[in-house]
Amino acid sequence: MGEKILVKGNEAFGEAAIRAGCRYYFGYPITPQNELTEYMSRRLPGVGGAFLQAESEVSVVNMLYGASCMGVRVMTSTSSPGFSLMQEGISYMAGAELPAVFINVVRGGPGLGDIQPSQGDYLQATKGGGHGDYRLIVLGPSTIQEAIELVMLAFNLADKYRTPVEVLADGMIGQMMEPVEFPEIRSLDTLPEKSWALTGAKGRKPNKITSFDLDPYNLEKMNLRYQATREKVIANEQRWEEMNVKGADILVAAYGTVGRIMRTVIELAKEKSMKVGLFRPITLWPFPYKRLEELSKEVDTVLTVELSGGQMLEDVKLAVKDNAKTPFYGRMGGVVLTPEEILEQIEKLVKERGGV
Amino acid sequence: MASGYIEIDKERCKGCRLCINVCPKKVIRLSNTFNSKGYHPVEFNNSEGECTACGFCYLMCPDTAITVYRYAAVAAKK
Amino acid sequence: MNAKVVMKRPESLSKMDFTYCPGCHHGIVHRLIAEVIDKLGIREKTIMVAPVGCAVFAYDFFDVDGTVASHGRAPAVATGMKRARPDRIIFTYQGDGDLAAIGTTEIVHAANRGENITVVFINNAVYGMTGGQMAPTTLIGQRTTTTVHGRDSKTAGYPMRVCEMLSQLEGPTYIERVAVDTPQHVMKTKKAINKAFENQINGLGFSLVEVLSACPTNWGLPPGEAIRWLQENMIEFYPLGVYKDKAKERMKLIAHSS
Repeated sequence: MGEKILVKGNEAFGEAAIRAGCRYYFGYPITPQNELTEYMSRRLPGVGGAFLQAESEVSVVNMLYGASCMGVRVMTSTSSPGFSLMQEGISYMAGAELPAVFINVVRGGPGLGDIQPSQGDYLQATKGGGHGDYRLIVLGPSTIQEAIELVMLAFNLADKYRTPVEVLADGMIGQMMEPVEFPEIRSLDTLPEKSWALTGAKGRKPNKITSFDLDPYNLEKMNLRYQATREKVIANEQRWEEMNVKGADILVAAYGTVGRIMRTVIELAKEKSMKVGLFRPITLWPFPYKRLEELSKEVDTVLTVELSGGQMLEDVKLAVKDNAKTPFYGRMGGVVLTPEEILEQIEKLVKERGGV
Repeated sequence: MASGYIEIDKERCKGCRLCINVCPKKVIRLSNTFNSKGYHPVEFNNSEGECTACGFCYLMCPDTAITVYRYAAVAAKK
Repeated sequence: MNAKVVMKRPESLSKMDFTYCPGCHHGIVHRLIAEVIDKLGIREKTIMVAPVGCAVFAYDFFDVDGTVASHGRAPAVATGMKRARPDRIIFTYQGDGDLAAIGTTEIVHAANRGENITVVFINNAVYGMTGGQMAPTTLIGQRTTTTVHGRDSKTAGYPMRVCEMLSQLEGPTYIERVAVDTPQHVMKTKKAINKAFENQINGLGFSLVEVLSACPTNWGLPPGEAIRWLQENMIEFYPLGVYKDKAKERMKLIAHSS
């Protein structure tokens, strides 16, 4: 770790990827992540890497497929409509067990939407936006410093489990600037070996990479192998943050930028003698159901707050079951909620049940 | 005097007859037998000794079912 | 009498039987590509990208590393591969739906960037794998399962001449249209494929060979008659020949800059 530098979120994501040993970036301009694409175009040639601005997001995901086949660390970044275009390619990569990192700087939707921050793509990210039985590992950073760690983690998880990984950011964290520290740049010869890669059939049988088998019993075997990997990820890779949960009057479930805003809400609530606890999932998939279920037994209300119409809410309800009430508060369309309005909702809920 | 001969892999052959169509010496014909896929493979019929080992059959075969041999004396001359 | 083998199955093909229909020209072109790979000694560093189409299993028929791309995207997959490992030899093998329908964006831009890859484009004027629908290269008046009265330009547009279209771009280095309807044309096709791979080895940029091919099954004709149909109908509309060849020019540029 070195000196702190003031950096824009989008650019920090890119630098983190390079520190993680990623040297290949294929992307397409889309707001609000263009600074990341532009940053990679400037930075990669200098580290012996390659940057290509492709003709569409459809082409981008297929270039990722190709580069990943060669065994290199590769990434792209996009925003909601672009990520939608990539779904078929992601399904192919999941089926072919190809690692890659996708950074989605989510904006208001659906459709063309707007360019302001949103969390409206949670279900697309965690329930599989493309066809078939697969799940992406989805990481939700709430600060730029955390995003740096999670981008680097994303590459490690992608290689470890041979899967695409999505970093679910949003327009706020992409555009803001914060002082951060970057870890040392990783040397390429410390990267894990990939004996399955298409490097040329010299001294070995040819490798074939495909997400395809016309024999259903074989395709089922492929799927079962994939599901076994999935179980390993669920068992080993759940991450979350708990804040102020012991003896809390109310538990709030929030992730990403809203998770960050919640810190201020917690402080504001203290001034009003209210104890607000925060459960902040960091891996949105695998979602930490078990821990949330445990915590939900200690409170009577788990309020979900999102920049959406209620998407993580579904996972919260699955975890909490009947242990507590599961109300929701959110804003859509790229509107970013304020700490004050969240606090107002919390006060209402606490008053309704006659507490404090 | 034949310059060579061909060997036909009966299992690969699908009886498409492209080789028969291009053979300038007409030394290939469809056989009466079946292979395991249910095709009538072709067979080499060089009773008149006309095969020139030109390789047209090999060039047209979509299944690499044909191997072309040239006799040494002829090969040495070329 | 002593005899030696003068023509046999190339080494770079795997042991699998081709699963194509009797008389399908995919098998001829596969063999030519394998012969070229053998001759140039590049099997151990060649990676192929198969299409979605009848040749979706093509990676099983070659003894090289391989993958299959989603429909139309092989040039993008090849681009990703080549940019990641420029010293490998990457080729795509695509049909007329893959390349000229859904994949138009990818082929145009790979060509426009002068991506140092080799593209083998099989044009048989119909969609094979899905059962005989119209392709962008289907001729006017040609009957297919989605143009049962024959292709009508009023509703279905015109056939697309890919070589002519791509040669308008500055990017490509070598574009040639060939056919495999006769032994002579087969030999010419092999020369073209050889050039297309040599260009990549020499770092000269984008090469594409379009091969007019028959599809007996979906044309509803036996293999021999299908070839006649190709000769009488396709060659006139899709003239054979070299549409672009900047190999020498680009070779000089490389020589000067080194």
